[in-house]
Amino acid sequence: MEKLGTVTLIGGLGCFALAGVVEGYLPLAHLSKIKYQKLEEIVTEPSDEFKDLGRRFPDAMKKHYGEVNAASYREALKLGRDSYIAEACWHCHSQFVRPVSNEDIRFGKVSYSGEYMNEMFLPHLFGTRRVGPDLIRESGRHANDWHVAHFYDPTIVVPTSVMPRYTWFYDGETPNKRGLAVIAYVQWLGSWATPEAVARDERKRANVE
Amino acid sequence: MTTSSTAIAIIPEGEAPLVDRPVVKAHIIAGFTFFFVSIFAGMFYALQLSRLYPFPGVELLSPGRLRVLHTNAVAYGFLFNNFIAALHWIVPRLTGQRVLSAKLSWVVFWAWQLVVGLTAVGVIGGQMQAIEWGETPVWVDPIVVVGAVLLIANTATPIIKVRERKLYVTLWYFSAMLVWLPLTYVMGNFVPQYFVPGAGGAAVTGLYIHDLVGLTVTPLGWGMMYYFVPVILKKPMWSHTLSLVGFWGLAFFYPLNGVHHFFYSPIPMYAQYGAVMSTIAVEIVVFTVIVNFFVTLRGSGDMLRKSLPIRWFYTGMVGYFLTCFQCAFQTTLTFQRLIHFTDWVVAHAHLVMFGVFSFWIIGMMVYLWPKLVGAPWWSDKLNGWVYWIMTISLFAMFIDLTIVGVVEGYLWQTLAPWERSLTAAAPFWHVRTMTGVGVITATSLQIYNMWMTARSRASASTPLAGEPAVAAG
Repeated sequence: MEKLGTVTLIGGLGCFALAGVVEGYLPLAHLSKIKYQKLEEIVTEPSDEFKDLGRRFPDAMKKHYGEVNAASYREALKLGRDSYIAEACWHCHSQFVRPVSNEDIRFGKVSYSGEYMNEMFLPHLFGTRRVGPDLIRESGRHANDWHVAHFYDPTIVVPTSVMPRYTWFYDGETPNKRGLAVIAYVQWLGSWATPEAVARDERKRANVE
Repeated sequence: MTTSSTAIAIIPEGEAPLVDRPVVKAHIIAGFTFFFVSIFAGMFYALQLSRLYPFPGVELLSPGRLRVLHTNAVAYGFLFNNFIAALHWIVPRLTGQRVLSAKLSWVVFWAWQLVVGLTAVGVIGGQMQAIEWGETPVWVDPIVVVGAVLLIANTATPIIKVRERKLYVTLWYFSAMLVWLPLTYVMGNFVPQYFVPGAGGAAVTGLYIHDLVGLTVTPLGWGMMYYFVPVILKKPMWSHTLSLVGFWGLAFFYPLNGVHHFFYSPIPMYAQYGAVMSTIAVEIVVFTVIVNFFVTLRGSGDMLRKSLPIRWFYTGMVGYFLTCFQCAFQTTLTFQRLIHFTDWVVAHAHLVMFGVFSFWIIGMMVYLWPKLVGAPWWSDKLNGWVYWIMTISLFAMFIDLTIVGVVEGYLWQTLAPWERSLTAAAPFWHVRTMTGVGVITATSLQIYNMWMTARSRASASTPLAGEPAVAAG
C-alpha cells in the first residue's frame, strides 16, 4: 500500500482505467449505437434565415460566400461554429435543455443524445455556465436583423445586457464574413427541433405509414 | 500509527545541496508573475459583468477571451509553476536523491513558460479549443505533453531510486499524480476534440475537468501539505491509517466523479448516478484527511498565530472542507436543478482553486522565499496584511457569488424574462468586482514584499555559502 509499484500501478493506472471504463467507455459504447453524421448529411439546403441574410446583405454575401446554396451555407455554419468557439461564447451560453426547472417551457424541447451525434458537435459545446440563455433552441427565436443589431451592440435590443460587443464581426455596420457566419450558426442551432420542424417530421412519418 | 512519518526528520531543514534552489525560485517567480497577469484578466471580466468594461469593441481584449486567459494563467501559469517548484523542493528531500538532471530542470522550466505564453497568445488570437480547462490551442498541446513527460522523467527518477523502501505519504500522492497527469491531459485534449462528438464527448470532458483538479492539482496540494505541515509543526501526522484512507479513497473515488459537471444532460443516466454516488463518497474520504490534519494541529494551535505559512495552510484546509461539504450537497440532482449554470458554480470554483490551492501555494511561498533568497522577509507585518486582505476578499467573493447563484436559479425557474436575472445579479456583481480589487491589492503587496526581500539580500554584504547573489523579483 505504501510502495511505488502499488501506488502507481493500482492507484495511478488501475483506478484511472476503472473510471475510464465506468464513466467514459460505457456511455460512449452506449451512445455509439446512434449513427454519426457529417455536415453534408444533415444540411442539404440553405436555411430560410441564410437566404434572408442573402437578401438583406446581397453585396456582403456575394463577396464572402458567392451564391446562397447548400455548400456556402455549410461553409458559413463551420466558420460560425469556429467563431463561437474562438470568442468563448460557450463559457456564458450552454447548449443543452434540461428536463427540469421549467427549462422546456423557457427554451423548448428537452435535449436528446441523437441531436448531438454529428460533425457540428465535435467538440461538443454543452457549456457549464449561463450568463446568457441557452442557445440550443435559438433557431428562429429572433429575426436576423435582431441578431445583426445584437452582435454589434447587445444593449441596442436588450438594454440590461452584459454581453460584450462584437464589432469585429462587421465592416462598418454590415456583417462581414464572420458576422454572417455566426448569425447563420445561431439561427441553425435547434432548427431540427422547432415546433414547426417537429410537426413536419411527424407529418412525414405519418405519410410513410 | 506514525511509522514512516518520521522519515521527514532524516533530512534536516537548511542547506541541502540536494535541492536545486535556483530552479525552485525561478518557478515561484514565474508563477507569481502569471498570477498577477491572471487576476487582472479576471478583473476585466468582472468589469464586463458590471457593465464597466474599459475596452468595448476591441477584438484582442474581448472579455470572453480574457476570461479564458484568466483560468488558464491561473491553472497552468500560477498553480502548476508553483507545484513544479514544490516537486523540486520536496522530492529530493524525501528521497535523499537529486532530480535526474539539473539541465533538464531548466528545459522543463522554459518549456512550461513557453506553454503558458503561447496559450495566452493563442487564446487572445482566437485559437482556443472548446474544452474547459483545456482551451490550450491544438498546436500547443504537443509541447505540454513533451514538457510533462520531461517533468516526470526528472522528478520520478529520485522516487524510483528508493522504490524498495516504503514511501512517505507525500510521495504516494506525487508518484500517482505523475501517472495521472499525462493520461488526463491526453484524454481531455484529444478525445472530445477529434474522436467523440456530443454527449459522449461531454462525458469525457467531464472526466477531464474533474481529473485535472482531482488527480493533478489535489494530489500535488495534499502532497505539499503532508510535507510542509509536519516540518513546520516539528511533529509527525497524527494518524498514518487516516493518511492511507485519504490517499486510496482519493485514488479510487475521485476519477469516477467526472460526469457530475453535466447532470441532466443527454449523457446516459447510469453514468450520472454513478457520478453522484462517487462524489458523495469522496466527501467522506476528504473528511478523514481534514480530521487527520486538525488533530495533528492539536497542542500546536499557537502556531496559527506565530507561523504565517501554517495559517495559510489551515485556512486553505477550512476552505477545502467547505468546498467538499458543499459539494456533497450540490452534486445531488435535487440541488442541481437550482444551482447548475448559476454563479454558485463560479463561487465554488473560486473557493477551491483560490481559497484552497492558491492559499497553500502562497503559504509555501511565504515559507520558502526567505530560504531561497537568503534573507528574512522585508516586512512580516505586510505579509500579515496580505493574509487578511486576501482571506476577507476571497470569502466575501465566495459568499456573494453563492447567494447570487441561488437568486439566479430561482429567477430562471419562475420563467421571468431572462434579463430579470441580470438586473437582480447586478449589485452582487458589483460587490464581486470590489472583492477583486481586494485580491489585486493583496497580490500587489505580496509581490512588492517578495521584491524588497530579494533586494535586501542582494544589497547585503555577506553572501551565504553556495548561494548566488539575487537581484530578481
